[in-house]
Amino acid sequence: MSAGDALLRIRGLRIEGQSEDTWHEIIKGIDLDLKRGEVLGLIGESGAGKSTIGLAAMGYARPGCRITAGTIEFDGVDLARLDEAAKRKIWGARISYVAQSAAAAFNPAHQLADQFAEAPLWHGRMGADECRRAAVDLYRRLQLPTPETIGDRYPHQVSGGQLQRAMTAMAMSCRPDLIVFDEPTTALDVTTQIEVLAAIKDTIKQYGTAALYITHDLAVVAQMADRIMVLRYGELVEEAPTAQMLSNPQKAYTKSLWAVRSLRKDEERGEQPLLSVKGVSASYGAVQVLHDVSVEVPRGRTVAVVGESGSGKSTLARAITGLLPPTQGTVVFDGKPLPPALKSRSKDLLRRVQMIYQMPDTALNPRRRVRDIIGRPVKHFLGLGGAALDRRIAELLAMTELDEQFMERLPSELSGGQKQRVCIARALAAEPELIICDEVTSALDQIVAEEILKLLLRLQKELKVSYLYITHDLATVKAIADEIVVMYRGRVVQSGMKSRVLSPPHHEYTDLLLSSVPEMKVGWLDDVLARRRPGANA
Amino acid sequence: MNAILVTVLKRLGLGVITLFVVSIIISFVFELLPGDFAKAILGQSATPETVAAFQREKGLDRPPVERYLKWIGGVVVGDFGESYSGAGSLGGSKRPVAKLIAPRLSNTLFLAATAAIVAVPLALVLGLLAALYRNSLFDRVVNVVTLTSISTPEFFVAYILMLFLAVKLPWFYALANVSSDTPFLEHLARIALPVLTLVLVTVAQMMRMTRAAIINLLASPYIEMARLKGVPPRRIIVHHALPNAWAPIANVIALNLAYLVVGVVIVEVVFTYPGIGQLMVDAVSKRDMPVVQGCALIFAATYILLNLVADIVAIVTNPRLLHPR
Repeated sequence: MSAGDALLRIRGLRIEGQSEDTWHEIIKGIDLDLKRGEVLGLIGESGAGKSTIGLAAMGYARPGCRITAGTIEFDGVDLARLDEAAKRKIWGARISYVAQSAAAAFNPAHQLADQFAEAPLWHGRMGADECRRAAVDLYRRLQLPTPETIGDRYPHQVSGGQLQRAMTAMAMSCRPDLIVFDEPTTALDVTTQIEVLAAIKDTIKQYGTAALYITHDLAVVAQMADRIMVLRYGELVEEAPTAQMLSNPQKAYTKSLWAVRSLRKDEERGEQPLLSVKGVSASYGAVQVLHDVSVEVPRGRTVAVVGESGSGKSTLARAITGLLPPTQGTVVFDGKPLPPALKSRSKDLLRRVQMIYQMPDTALNPRRRVRDIIGRPVKHFLGLGGAALDRRIAELLAMTELDEQFMERLPSELSGGQKQRVCIARALAAEPELIICDEVTSALDQIVAEEILKLLLRLQKELKVSYLYITHDLATVKAIADEIVVMYRGRVVQSGMKSRVLSPPHHEYTDLLLSSVPEMKVGWLDDVLARRRPGANA
Repeated sequence: MNAILVTVLKRLGLGVITLFVVSIIISFVFELLPGDFAKAILGQSATPETVAAFQREKGLDRPPVERYLKWIGGVVVGDFGESYSGAGSLGGSKRPVAKLIAPRLSNTLFLAATAAIVAVPLALVLGLLAALYRNSLFDRVVNVVTLTSISTPEFFVAYILMLFLAVKLPWFYALANVSSDTPFLEHLARIALPVLTLVLVTVAQMMRMTRAAIINLLASPYIEMARLKGVPPRRIIVHHALPNAWAPIANVIALNLAYLVVGVVIVEVVFTYPGIGQLMVDAVSKRDMPVVQGCALIFAATYILLNLVADIVAIVTNPRLLHPR
C-alpha cells in the first residue's frame, strides 16, 4: 500500500472498560489499516469489541471506556492525542457515524432535514439552502420516497428502513472521507435490509467514501466489504480480502462462525395434530392484526412461523396462549377447543402450553435465583416440594446442559446463552406438550444460537414436545422446522412442509422473503438486485 | 392538531370534575369542625335568640346538602356568598366574599408572578449549566447552595434576609405592607424581600429537576450521534436534550408555581403582606366559613389549572403527539 493512499492507520490500540469500579482491557492491541475508498468489514460476536474499535477509529470512547495505548492516525493526524475541541472539527465533517438503531439515533424532537443540516451548517460547509438541496439529492440517491419533502418529517413519521437510509444520508452530508457503519441493518427485516444495503453500497461507491462496516452477520459483510477482519475478545483472529476469507478461512474460530449457518434438520411429517388454530382473527383495539389465520401443529413436530416485523407472528402466539382472546375463530388443543381467555383456562391446560421469549434478559426476574425460577412452575403445576423438588430442578438443569451449581445463581451471573437455557428449563418444568418459541435465538450470537437450536432439537426428540417457532430468520427455519407458515400483514400467505415451501414455485411474498436473505457469497447482493431491477424479467 | 385539542379539552373537563369533587370535600370538612359558627362569630355573650337568628339568616339551620347546593350554585355564577364577619349586628353591612378575596388574590398573584419571573428562568439556566458542567465545582456549589436554601424553613430564610438586608443593611423594606393605592414601583420595591425568600425556596427543586432530566437524556444514542457530528456540548444540552426534557421540568415548575400561590402564607405573615394566604388564616381563626371555602376553592383551582398546563406542555413538546404519522 502506498503511503498516499492510507486514510486510517491504527497501531497497538488498547482500550479499557470500567465495570464495578475496576478497569478491564477490552481491546487488546489492534492494528488496522484502511485505504481511501476501501470498505473494511469488522465481524465478531457481541463482546468482540467491534463497536468499540469502530468508535475508537473516530478517536471516541464511550463513557466508561478509555483509550489507554496506541495511535489512531487519520489522514496523518493522531486522533488519540487530539483534544475534544479539535476532534469535533473532524467529527461529522471528515468522519461520520451510522448507528445501529436509527430510531434511537435520531433526535425525536427535530425534523430529519434539520438533523441532516446540523453538521454541514455547524462545520461551515454549506449554507441553509445548499443543505436543503444536498439533503434532497442524497435522499433521492438513497431511494427514499418523496425526497423533496421527506426531510420535513419527524423521525417517528418514517419507517425503520427509511430512517436508516436517512441516517446514511446524514452521515454523507459533509462528504466525509470515512464513515463508520455500526450494525446499520441489524434491526431491520430482511426485505428492508436488502434495500438499505444496496443504497449504502451504491452511495459510498459513488462518492468513493471509505468505510468501516461493523456487523455480526457474515453474509452481510460479504456483500459490503473489500476486506474482512474477524475479531474475538478484543483481539484479531484473522484478516483477509473478502473472497479469500469466505472461501478459505484459516482459523478454527472463523471456520466455526462459517459453519453455523449450515445446521439443517430433516423434516418429518406429523401424524395427529396437537394444536389447530382455525380461522382466528384478533385485534388491538380498533386495529385488526390477525385476519382469518389457520395453523396446525402436529404432535412432536416443529412449525416455524416466519414473516417480517408487524406480520402478526407474536400476536398469533398471544392469541394461542389466551393473552389476547381472538375476536373470531377457535384454537383447538388436543382435540378440544381452548377457552379463548387465559382466565378461563384450567391449570392443567395452562401447564400444557408454555412460552419462551426473545429476550432472556427481561424474561427472568433479576432478583430470583435459578432454583426459584425453575422451581416455581414445578411447585405450581406438579406440586413437588422438598428433596423431590431439588431433584427435579437438577434434572431440568441437566436436560438443558447446565450444571447443578447454577441453582444458586442470579440471572446477572449468567451469560446470554445460559439465561436462555434457564428459560427453556423453566418452560420444560411444567412438562408441556407445546412450547411457543418467540424469536428465542434472535438476541443471541450465532454460535450460541446454534447451541440453543441443537438443544431444542434434542429435547424434542427426547420429550416429543411440539414447537411453534416464531422467527424472522430463515437460516433458523432451515435448522429447526418440519413445517413452515409464512405470514404477511396478519395473513397466512403460504404454509406446508419445509421442503415444499422453500422450493419454487412460491407465493410472491415468500419469494421476496427467501431471495432477500443474504447469502455467504461475494456478489450475491449485486446479482439479486440485477434480477429484481424492473425490466430484468421482461 | 385536532387530536391535541381533544386531549386538552378532555383534561379540562377532568379538571372541572376534580374541582367539583374538591368543592364537596371542602364543604363537608367544615361540617366536621367542632364548635358552633354562630357562637364563634357572635361571641360568648350572644343570646340564644341572636344565635338562632344568625343561623336562620346564614342558612346554617338547613341540612348540609342543601347548603352545599346553594353555595356551589352561587359559585358557578361568581357569587361566593357573604362573609360572616361584620354580621355581628343583625342587618349590618353585607360583605360579599368575592369582594374580600379579589384584592388579596391580586396581591398574591402579583407576588407569585414576580417570584416566578425571577425563579423559573434562574432555575432553568442554573439547571442547564449544572448539567453542562456536571460533577464540576460549579455543579457542586450550586447543588449545595440550593439544597441548603430548600432545607431551611422559609420563615427562617425570611427573618435572616430581613435581618441582614433590611435591618443591618437598610437596602430593602423590611415589611411589605402595601395597599391598593401603593404605586406600582413602590409595590415592587416593598415585595423585594418576600420575592427573594420565595425564589430561594423554589429554585432548588426546579433547578435539580432540570439538571436531572437533562442528564438522564445524555446517555441517549441521539446525544452520542450529535456529539459524533461535531456538535459542542452547549448546543447538545440546549438543542438536543432540553426539547426532550420539557415534560418533567414543566411538572416541577407547575408544582412550584402552585406553591407560590397556595403556600406563601408564612411569607405573607412574616412580611405582613396582604395576600390571600393571610386572609384565609384570619378567616379560619374567626370561623368565617364562606371566606375559607372561597379561598380553598381558589387554591384548588390554581393547583388543577397549573397541573393542566404542565400536562399540555408535556403533550405539545412531544413530537409524536404534535405531529402524528
